[in-house]
Amino acid sequence: MAELKFIGGYPEYMRELIEKVNSTRAQRKDYTPPAMTPQQREEVLQVHPDFAPGGKRAISIGVNKGDIGPNEVIDLLEAYPLVTPKEIDISNVDYEVDLLIIGGGLAGTAAALWANNEGVATEKILLVNKLRHGDSNSIMAQGGTQAADRANDSPAIHFIDAMGGGHYTNKPDVLKGLVEDAPYIIHWLKEMGTIFDKEPNGDYVERWGGGTCRKRMHACADYTGLEELRVIIDEFRTRGIPVLEHNPVIELLTDGSKVTGVVLWNLETHQYKIVRAKATILATGGFGRLHIRGFPTTNHYGATYDGPVIAYRAGAKLLDTDTVQYHPTGAAYPQQIIGLLLTEKLRSMGAQPVNVDGEAFVFPLEPRDVEASAFIRECYVHDKGIVTPTGMRGVWLDTPMIELKNGPGSTAKAFPGMIRMYKRFDIDMIKDPVLVFPTLHYQNGGVETDPWGCTNLEGLWVAGEVSGGVHGKNRLMGNSTLDCLVYGRRSGMSAAKYLKNGAKFGKLSLDHVDRYVKMLKDAGIKPERKAPIILPEYRGKAVLARMIDL
Amino acid sequence: MEDKKDIMQIIADANKSVTTGIDSADIEHWVWIHIMGRAYQVPAGLTIMQAMEYAGYKFITSAGCRAGFCGACATMYRKEGEYKLQTAMACQTRVEDGMFLVQIPFAPAQEATYDITKEPYAASTLLEHYPEIARCVACNTCTKACPQDLEVMDYIQDALRGDYKKVAERSFDCIQCGLCAVRCPAEITQFNVGMLARRMYGRYGMTEPEYAKARLTELDQGKYDKEFKKLLAADVEELKKRYAAREREAD
Ligand SMILES: Cc1cc2nc3c(=O)[nH]c(=O)nc-3n(C[C@H](O)[C@H](O)[C@H](O)COP(=O)(O)OP(=O)(O)OC[C@H]3O[C@@H](n4cnc5c(N)ncnc54)[C@H](O)[C@@H]3O)c2cc1C
Ligand code: SF4
Ligand code: SF4
Ligand code: FES
Repeated sequence: MAELKFIGGYPEYMRELIEKVNSTRAQRKDYTPPAMTPQQREEVLQVHPDFAPGGKRAISIGVNKGDIGPNEVIDLLEAYPLVTPKEIDISNVDYEVDLLIIGGGLAGTAAALWANNEGVATEKILLVNKLRHGDSNSIMAQGGTQAADRANDSPAIHFIDAMGGGHYTNKPDVLKGLVEDAPYIIHWLKEMGTIFDKEPNGDYVERWGGGTCRKRMHACADYTGLEELRVIIDEFRTRGIPVLEHNPVIELLTDGSKVTGVVLWNLETHQYKIVRAKATILATGGFGRLHIRGFPTTNHYGATYDGPVIAYRAGAKLLDTDTVQYHPTGAAYPQQIIGLLLTEKLRSMGAQPVNVDGEAFVFPLEPRDVEASAFIRECYVHDKGIVTPTGMRGVWLDTPMIELKNGPGSTAKAFPGMIRMYKRFDIDMIKDPVLVFPTLHYQNGGVETDPWGCTNLEGLWVAGEVSGGVHGKNRLMGNSTLDCLVYGRRSGMSAAKYLKNGAKFGKLSLDHVDRYVKMLKDAGIKPERKAPIILPEYRGKAVLARMIDL
Repeated sequence: MEDKKDIMQIIADANKSVTTGIDSADIEHWVWIHIMGRAYQVPAGLTIMQAMEYAGYKFITSAGCRAGFCGACATMYRKEGEYKLQTAMACQTRVEDGMFLVQIPFAPAQEATYDITKEPYAASTLLEHYPEIARCVACNTCTKACPQDLEVMDYIQDALRGDYKKVAERSFDCIQCGLCAVRCPAEITQFNVGMLARRMYGRYGMTEPEYAKARLTELDQGKYDKEFKKLLAADVEELKKRYAAREREAD
């Protein structure tokens, strides 16, 4: 094959297709395809990866036996531990703390600060993280954080929006906590020094999110997660709370039922260490790196579902394992950024999905599952997608429409991060459309939580994306960073209260793992598969074929 | 209409190289790169991060978000035959033939301790916590090193003058990769200075809208308790009705 000639980041043949998009833009400016009827929605959802045939099965053992989930998730729940209990000596304790926090995204970091505020001494806390403190899904949140603070809005309206968006499967009392604390969370972030976007009159800039009936999205340009997280991490550091990076948890320890500590594994030295804790908060985030149904993902490198895997072995109850959130607009071109997120806010500000013929084919702000399905249908059923040099298909997101609708300079002001990403690959998204296709985005379900982050296990709390219940089977944009901060705070406060009431250290054992292994064997599951996987595998096939572990 | 299961298979196949690692059989164009001095042939068009993985490196440090937001993948390189030492984020930069690469997974940097609620919002506060900013020789090396293309030297000058707003604006897109600090001849940790300045500006330099404060008072007074009691008692049919009856505010 001859070298492709590139003009402004696109090969010639794609350039020609872009001309079609350019030629219809003026007509499309005042035309938006109508929103789908409930029946049309149902029809298009048939091609959604959650509903398309195959890809799922029931869990065969444990608390949630019989529940359905994606094969990639069930594979990990039905996997053997990385080390057998016999191989580890848990009698030598390396760290003894009152409160252990697993995971340092927004949820874990907020939990540490609020436990500290509520009286747990700095040196009695330990936060452990798989990668660096802050390498997380949280740091990538672009769009914003919901909070019903304006006069025409209320926490009750926020509640109804989220309930409908979650198809009425949210746990009502947990959702109430989310929406009621939201205005306070924005206030707290501001007091810590977070810089939210402001209107010239001093009001917060508040925008639409898909599925809301009020504008309540608070943002920090398209770096919302980065700004919120670096502020609370800075607070965490300046308070001197102990942290251990590159030390993932590979197993919980229990006294048979209560959670009493963990086993850590140093990624660099491969040494294991034992932590004994009176209370443990699990905040390990999501599962995008499982590449469910072979989809690319928006998630960070360590999003591998470790938390639910180890908690399930200890007897924690899971919720809503059957649904996965795919974001409609992942990058489909160029190759280097496939799967990375293009925030929903682009569509809130006018960017239109367009097919190969330059036609607008779908209402831009359908719920995420519907919008994603419409893109898949356009590419693979109607055959109106654009094929990339690597054989992927996608539809255009007509980003130049943003300037046309909001005036010159509006894109640069709202999306500095996006513009920068495309510029690195020679694409100017202010002038040219970008190519998109659905990408694996969010773990809707998780370890079942209550209004204070408590699980069904004593000594174990959950917060953030790893938890299940608050969003039900589908999350709305801007409710997840909020979830992390609200339930990070609440779990930290609840654990602090538990400690104040005289919680004691418990016996350390891996009895629950022995029991789980027996169940696996009884169910006839082969021992090859091990979990948690900790990091995904992307090394070249040629190298792996000739690799020996010495 | 193509079979739905097939659609899923076609999509999975098209994404194979980004979800499971690269098979050399699929590659037509190649380049040579040097990872810490050792030469490897890798597919053209990958990011530095993907290329190193292709070559057999499994990242345990120097990789985080893989999307240009976390600053974990700071990289320095020099190209064959060039004198210039360049910087990049490995997850956001295409490999080029003849790159000599090294990762900088960690920037040893000192951070001041402070309690943001007690710091005076005065021009001298930044200088007190980071006195070394006065040693800036205005060489502009930090600006040249910044993979986010920020005006780093300028925000250090702003910091010296105690202009919080300017520092906040100029440093806002900082991903704390540390590349400016490791290159700085005056040993300044620019990203930490920016962090303190932004927090000071966010807390003291910006106001909180009255309506937001009013909502907090309402919540304290239990204004929504009654309504929530009803919502928590409502069955799905009732909730559906309320959802359908929502009125969307004007655009
Ligand atoms: C690209 C992107 C954009 C998004 N945009 C928005 C948005 O605009 N608004 C919104 O509300 N939400 C958004 N979300 C969702 C939201 O950002 C996340 O769901 C949320 O921040 C998750 O936070 P967390 O603290 O639960 O988990 P994370 O932030 O992922 O943190 C979990 C941490 O735990 C660590 N960890 C994992 N396993 C282990 C282990 N075994 N041992 C120790 N540590 C471990 C991880 O390394 C990580 O650091 C977005 C998500 C992505 C990926
Ligand atoms: S200012 Fe420094 S730390 Fe921040 S992005 Fe630029 S080089 Fe990295
Ligand atoms: S590199 Fe250091 S000395 Fe040079 S301009 Fe930047 S801050 Fe000043
Ligand atoms: S891995 Fe986060 S910026 Fe590259």
